Amino acid sequence: MTKSDQAIYVSGLNVSFGAFSVLKNLSWLVNFGEVKGVIGPNGAGKTTLLDALTGKTEYQSGDIFVRGRHNIKGANEPVIARLGLGRKFQKPSIFSGLSVFENLEIALRSGKAILQSINQLTSHEKEKINETAVLIGLSDCLGKDAGTLAHGQKQWLEIGMLIMADPAVLLLDEPVAGMNGEERTKTATLIDKLKGPEMAIVVVEHDMQFVETVCDSVTVLHDGQILVEGPMQDVKENPQVIDVYLGRDSENA
Amino acid sequence: MLRSSEKFAVIFFLAGSLLVIASFMGLETSTYLMNLIGQIAAFSLLALSLDLIWGFCGILSLGHGLYFAIGGYLVAMHLVKVAFEKTGTPPDFMLFMGWEDLPAYYFGIESFAYLLFLVILVTLSVSLIFGYFSFRSRVTGVYFAIITQALVYMAMLFMFRNDTGFGGNNGMTGFSEIFGLNFRENKTATILCGISLTVLGLSLLGCKKLVDAPLGRFMRAVKEDESRLRFLGFDTVYVKLTAWCISAILAAIAGLLYVPQVGIINPRVLSPELSIEIAVWVAIGGRGSLVGAIFGAVVVSGLKFILTGLVPDLWPFLLAILVVGIVIYLPNGFSDGARVFGSIARRLVSAPHRKLQS
Repeated sequence: MTKSDQAIYVSGLNVSFGAFSVLKNLSWLVNFGEVKGVIGPNGAGKTTLLDALTGKTEYQSGDIFVRGRHNIKGANEPVIARLGLGRKFQKPSIFSGLSVFENLEIALRSGKAILQSINQLTSHEKEKINETAVLIGLSDCLGKDAGTLAHGQKQWLEIGMLIMADPAVLLLDEPVAGMNGEERTKTATLIDKLKGPEMAIVVVEHDMQFVETVCDSVTVLHDGQILVEGPMQDVKENPQVIDVYLGRDSENA
Repeated sequence: MLRSSEKFAVIFFLAGSLLVIASFMGLETSTYLMNLIGQIAAFSLLALSLDLIWGFCGILSLGHGLYFAIGGYLVAMHLVKVAFEKTGTPPDFMLFMGWEDLPAYYFGIESFAYLLFLVILVTLSVSLIFGYFSFRSRVTGVYFAIITQALVYMAMLFMFRNDTGFGGNNGMTGFSEIFGLNFRENKTATILCGISLTVLGLSLLGCKKLVDAPLGRFMRAVKEDESRLRFLGFDTVYVKLTAWCISAILAAIAGLLYVPQVGIINPRVLSPELSIEIAVWVAIGGRGSLVGAIFGAVVVSGLKFILTGLVPDLWPFLLAILVVGIVIYLPNGFSDGARVFGSIARRLVSAPHRKLQS
């Protein structure tokens, strides 16, 4: 693996709030073309990891490299987002007073220079919005206020907004929380479609079955450190994981 | 409501221009009435300016009186200078200080073009510096509102000083003429009222164009979820700053229109009460509706003119009841009311139809 294959490389990351240390000397790698699951019990540091990656939380020491070479230390959210990190939040975070089209339009313009962002849309850009709407299954609701969408549709819209910026890395924080079975399947299909050699996808999720369906490999976080990493099949059978995460006593104990 | 913005803009513009033309052709009007309409037009512009940032960008300012006062004080300086050039004696408030001549910073302000330039320059400087540091430090919501209020209060304390050359607590008055029109003439009030209405119409149209433009969509996006926008790669500081500065300039223009019509400015325009009152107009009229903000300013200041004459002691209580009632029953102000009344009216109209069908 060369540097250019690395979508995210985290090296010796420490994040603490006061005396409480959330991430402890964490090193982690996500390659392009990969769908990586991140699981772990509550308080393991999953969301904090995403916060550090996207500039929401400052980290005390360590380095984070995006696309192999950009060290994001000290950069703020917009700068990091422009490097190609798109993040979907746990709670659907969309502009509910604006239409679906306007949401996608804002997302399209957001990554551009200020002056470019006030021009009229080109036909190429309109086409891109329509294509994305088809991809996320919202092409019939472009004129609707985003606030009136169903919960699942809001989640897809948020993913669609991230796609508008041509991200290198998608960070999805609980993409299927609160979804029914059919919506979960649709989300899994969407992630499969997005997967490609130019894209790395990180899925933080509690739904093990979903993680097993969409992810190539899984990182188990526990207590701010990586417990184990590998394909879901192996991880599931790892006694340590069973011990800390599934809450059962392992046979070796 | 939003769709009717253009219609109202055209009405204000035409009414204003007609008034100006008619007064040159010798129309005699009631000075009192013209003054009243003109002042309310200036207040409406002030409400519009606050609605632009509060209703569309989610930034509440409780200190917009500051920008209103910048426009007001600068035009007062212009009028004092014009009077001084005519008579050669400084106004009373300077004579009391023993000043024989106007201070150096009155230089050139007798020119109206220079006055306009100064209004824009001073307003932009203050709003840019204040806005940039507040927005960059991510001061939002109630904290931002408190800082704006502190700033306007500070300005008021400064203007209460008598040695600044701005009239101190007595304020600036004794204006003789504007554009060569004597303030004693009936024509002057009509023309000022006409100009105020025209400017209000133009500003309303401009604001409507702005909120419909891509920049306006970004403003609404900031109001809805500012951090989402940041995580999409957009630095929200510049959208907020642009909206803030445009709003400040509109408020300053409102002050510029207001002061010649009332003939005086004193530090009370910088009191927190006026700044809060602006927010009350917008809340009552309907945040996020341009026409609503104007409607709120017209209704509340109209009521104030009438009721402070009839029952001056009761006015604060009546205003309080109005505010509390609106907040409880019409959270989006009168723009909600239009919808509520509209649906009641539709129900009344369509009820017989339904009976017929069943």
